Amino acid sequence: MEIVLAIAIMALGAVVLGAALGFASVKFKVEGNPLVEKIEGILPQTQCGQCGYPGCRPYAEAIAQGDEINKCPPGGMEGVQKLADLLGREVKALDAEEKPKQVAVIDENTCIGCTLCIQACPVDAIVGAAKQMHTIVAGLCTGCELCLPPCPVECIRMEAVGENLDNWKWKYPIVEIKATPPSARDAATAGSAGIKEAA
Amino acid sequence: MLRELFRFKGGVKLPANKTQSTGLPIAVAPLPSRLAVPLHQSIGGKPRPVVQAGDRVRKGQLIGEADGWISAAVHAPTSGAVAEVAMHVQPHPSGLDALCVVIEPDGRDEWIERTPVDYRTLTLEELRARLQQAGVVGLGGAVFPTHGKLTPAKTVPMDELVINGAECEPYITCDDLLMRERAEEVVRGAGIFRDLLQPKKVLIGIEDNKPEAAAAMRAAVDALGEPFSVVVVPTLYPAGGAKQLIRVLTGKEVPASKRSTDLGVQCFNVATAYTAWRAIAHGEPVVSRIVTVTGNVQAPRNYEVLLGTPMNELLGLANPHPDTGGIIMGGPMMGFLVPDPRAPVTKATNCLIAHDERLFPPKPPEMPCIRCGACAEACPHELQPFEMYWFARAKNFGKTQEYHIFDCIECGCCSFVCPSRIPLVQYFRFAKSEIWAREREKNAADGAKARFEFKQQREEREKAEKAEKLARAAAAQAAKKAAEAAAAAAAPDHAPDHAPDHAPDHAPASAAAAAAPPPVAVDAEKAAKMATIQAAIERAKAQREAARPKNTEALSADQQRAVAEIEQRRAVLEPVLTDAAAAAGESPGKAE
Repeated sequence: MEIVLAIAIMALGAVVLGAALGFASVKFKVEGNPLVEKIEGILPQTQCGQCGYPGCRPYAEAIAQGDEINKCPPGGMEGVQKLADLLGREVKALDAEEKPKQVAVIDENTCIGCTLCIQACPVDAIVGAAKQMHTIVAGLCTGCELCLPPCPVECIRMEAVGENLDNWKWKYPIVEIKATPPSARDAATAGSAGIKEAA
Repeated sequence: MLRELFRFKGGVKLPANKTQSTGLPIAVAPLPSRLAVPLHQSIGGKPRPVVQAGDRVRKGQLIGEADGWISAAVHAPTSGAVAEVAMHVQPHPSGLDALCVVIEPDGRDEWIERTPVDYRTLTLEELRARLQQAGVVGLGGAVFPTHGKLTPAKTVPMDELVINGAECEPYITCDDLLMRERAEEVVRGAGIFRDLLQPKKVLIGIEDNKPEAAAAMRAAVDALGEPFSVVVVPTLYPAGGAKQLIRVLTGKEVPASKRSTDLGVQCFNVATAYTAWRAIAHGEPVVSRIVTVTGNVQAPRNYEVLLGTPMNELLGLANPHPDTGGIIMGGPMMGFLVPDPRAPVTKATNCLIAHDERLFPPKPPEMPCIRCGACAEACPHELQPFEMYWFARAKNFGKTQEYHIFDCIECGCCSFVCPSRIPLVQYFRFAKSEIWAREREKNAADGAKARFEFKQQREEREKAEKAEKLARAAAAQAAKKAAEAAAAAAAPDHAPDHAPDHAPDHAPASAAAAAAPPPVAVDAEKAAKMATIQAAIERAKAQREAARPKNTEALSADQQRAVAEIEQRRAVLEPVLTDAAAAAGESPGKAE
């Protein structure tokens, strides 16, 4: 008799807790993957596709699924570092060259007004109409270079954003010792390794 | 008159070094060879140039138009020709260039038409707009457009207006001399501010190391019969900081990230009051300012200098000693070494100090922080510089903000007292500019994301609309085809020569055709096809004829006559054209 009661109590408990959990999973459902949001917050939103995905959001989703974190050249090593901190992964060298921030510039004398670059621009930073001169709104350009290949007359070029009074920063007051790449460091420390061991 | 004064926490006592440059009255600096007037001389929007190379300008003529409300106009400091509007080196620690109007003086120093007005006849809005157009900005060093500070808060009653003549930083004496020599105009300018803000009291604060200036100001206040009180405050750096002076005079402490107007207090520099009076009562925009030239020079003195004068030319007037190694703009505490001595004097330039190693020996190397807390005791804003230093050094910028780094006024007291000679202010400047840069980047990324998402949404919507349109067209086509096929089947014999105008007309006939099956099936099919083609041609023809030009309605008699004439000519020509087309082997349909 007692055993039946015990089983009944446990079964009742299971039903009640199961119902509570089921209710909670419906009521407090998290829309989307919050990790993807966090990753996307770190990505620079240039929408350049250099990672191989059509935009920053798809790459953020891919990273959440386990893709590498070093495919975003505009984010630079700083971005890789932040992603590594967020996800608890190893920091990896960027698998492309890090470039300074650039903006696209249209040579307005050469532009034929074909609108191809307007269609290519992921952030609507190009103004123009068919057979009218186009121009780039420099403040909105993310420097993704997606407008370069479609231009039939090659009138778009990239220009690095130089230092000016608006973006100038005070320098770090002490001289920083930069980490050298591993290969150079190995070469440099090869000679001193013996000394270290002796010490 | 006895008045209770208050104390601000911290501060340091510094050797004043002011007497060197107060011996001689203000001199007017001679016209320089060339003036490079920066367009962006105040906080806020960048003024747009309104002159171009080759233009002749007169003294006081507008050369840069204010961009937005928080922005102040820029004027030509003398008459002459605009040589260029180009990038020119700036008095900025970076040594970078910015847009300047370069003027070659013609030596006549000819003013524009100056229109003095009695400001009491103006509305308050007109008065503020006039100050903006005259380029009046805070000349204490912050160069905030003055008109932007002259709107009283709606929620808080205006209690005190503070006129800042403290001039606490060593070496600088430009406000001292201004008050000694032009006290009346300073007081009149303060009167304008008083009338705009309607405060209960006006307090003029002057440090006790300037008794002559205080006496001159008192005399001017009495002479003009104004109810202002001239208050002498103890000399303690940085008593001339706006928040510190407000604390000393009123006892009100401005809380972190709040403005003094929230407490019913507003503060202006004496030189700002002076320029405001000149602008309104004499119609003279801000084209010059008083600059102390001192330090390692033979004849330290105050000069009235045209804005845009190259600093090295100005320093040359005071005969610098040959061992001078650079120019400091501002005082020894908050100033900086100007990277290029050709940089122009701007509205923010209150003092030039010829630098040399005897006056300012190089700082010994930085030692580790020993956490003595001297910096926290010296900080006039009651911050904890040593904590901010750790976090700025570790680039933990979030933490520096938790310690209120943006309340730091970079007065340099902490660096001055640090026994380990740590350049604390440099760390704070570094942290602040990194935080701003990150903010800018984040805003840019958010904007890019929003625009990218909007573009995607728009493309999807366009795609959906197109697909819908195509589907509708296809459905209509299919329906028509079915109907025509049925019609053709109904009248196989007449199809080639009889063109159906409307498919629905033949619907009853198709029923009849179905009742009587055609004799030869193949012929019927062929005929049906032909009929469909013929029908399409006819339809196209009908459509073309139905399409009338839309702009021929409601024509005047003249126009109708002209149209009739043209039609007549066309009627004559038409057969000719048709023949020619036929001769060329083209179908008559095309010739039409």
